[in-house]
Amino acid sequence: MARRTAPEINAGSMADIAFLLLIFFLVTTTIEKDRGLVRALPPDTPTELTPPIIKEKNLFVVIVNNDGELLVENEPMEMKDLQEAAIEFLDNGGTPRGQEGYCDYCQGKRSLSSSDYPDKAIITVKSLRESSYESFITVQNELVGAYNFLRDRESERLYGWKYTDVSAQIDEGVYKGNEEATKEKLDIIKNMYPQKLSEIDPKQ
Amino acid sequence: MSKFRKGGGKELPAISTASLPDIVFMLLFFFMVATVLRKNDVKVAQILPSADQTEKLKKDRSVYIFAGKPGEGYKNLGTEGKIQIGDKFVDVNEVQPAILEEREKLRDELKDYVMVAFKVDKETNSGLVYDVKQELRQANLLKVIYITTQTEDAVQ
Repeated sequence: MARRTAPEINAGSMADIAFLLLIFFLVTTTIEKDRGLVRALPPDTPTELTPPIIKEKNLFVVIVNNDGELLVENEPMEMKDLQEAAIEFLDNGGTPRGQEGYCDYCQGKRSLSSSDYPDKAIITVKSLRESSYESFITVQNELVGAYNFLRDRESERLYGWKYTDVSAQIDEGVYKGNEEATKEKLDIIKNMYPQKLSEIDPKQ
Repeated sequence: MSKFRKGGGKELPAISTASLPDIVFMLLFFFMVATVLRKNDVKVAQILPSADQTEKLKKDRSVYIFAGKPGEGYKNLGTEGKIQIGDKFVDVNEVQPAILEEREKLRDELKDYVMVAFKVDKETNSGLVYDVKQELRQANLLKVIYITTQTEDAVQ
């Protein structure tokens, strides 16, 4: 008997089968890459509760109209100037030196007619009912950007890294180093410029 | 020369395609690992607004609310913005039971950390979104995330 090698199996159709499976997975699945702006809503409080009195100068009012135009502190404003105006307001530190509530890390103009202290500065957004969601998001984005700018600045001054970079790394789970200690530092920065964004009922 | 010429003029041997399935299988496994099956059939328009100051969504503890004008195949419902939770359209006053029902699908230990993800078409009225948020406040679901598309700079 002559020795015969086993005949080669034709694997040509295997590729077709694999392609079919591949295409099936391509159409039925999605790559999850959802990112967005995180916000905490205020708890539902009974209406008879009187709201705390807030000084007018500690309020920064942004109104969005139906065409997506802005009215900031009763002045019309372009979207691109909003972030800068918000930074100026938050970073003002209007309490004079020596008095209680003096902000020793603020670098703003220290105007007496603007916010006293970052913790007291409140930004309120009022968007009219018919205004588009896009303009609402753009305004929110610019305001979050203002907070992030200030937090980055302070964390760089105190620790030498950017707040947003490090918190993103921790979120992704790729942060190298002592996570607990860093989270404490992040909290310190967070409390220097706490996010105080509120929304007003558009029906009012 | 005749020494090397056995059997006359030979044809080129067929190129082996045996490794082709391996390559395709590798691709297949990559997609199987990197993607997830689509959960909801989105019935509303979904062109999300863009933003650059975003954070990553924690998938395992979020429930989605979709809103926008009715999409392809649902044009008979008009052009007003609609809310979709799970697989069905809901009215504003039905948001609470629907969202609590969705929450039940999450893992037990994460139910208290639930985050509501808004996937809202950019042309929707913000009044509708506001109404939904009021409902969420009443249901005591206070953590929300507005899903956006990522850009380098949102303001042109």
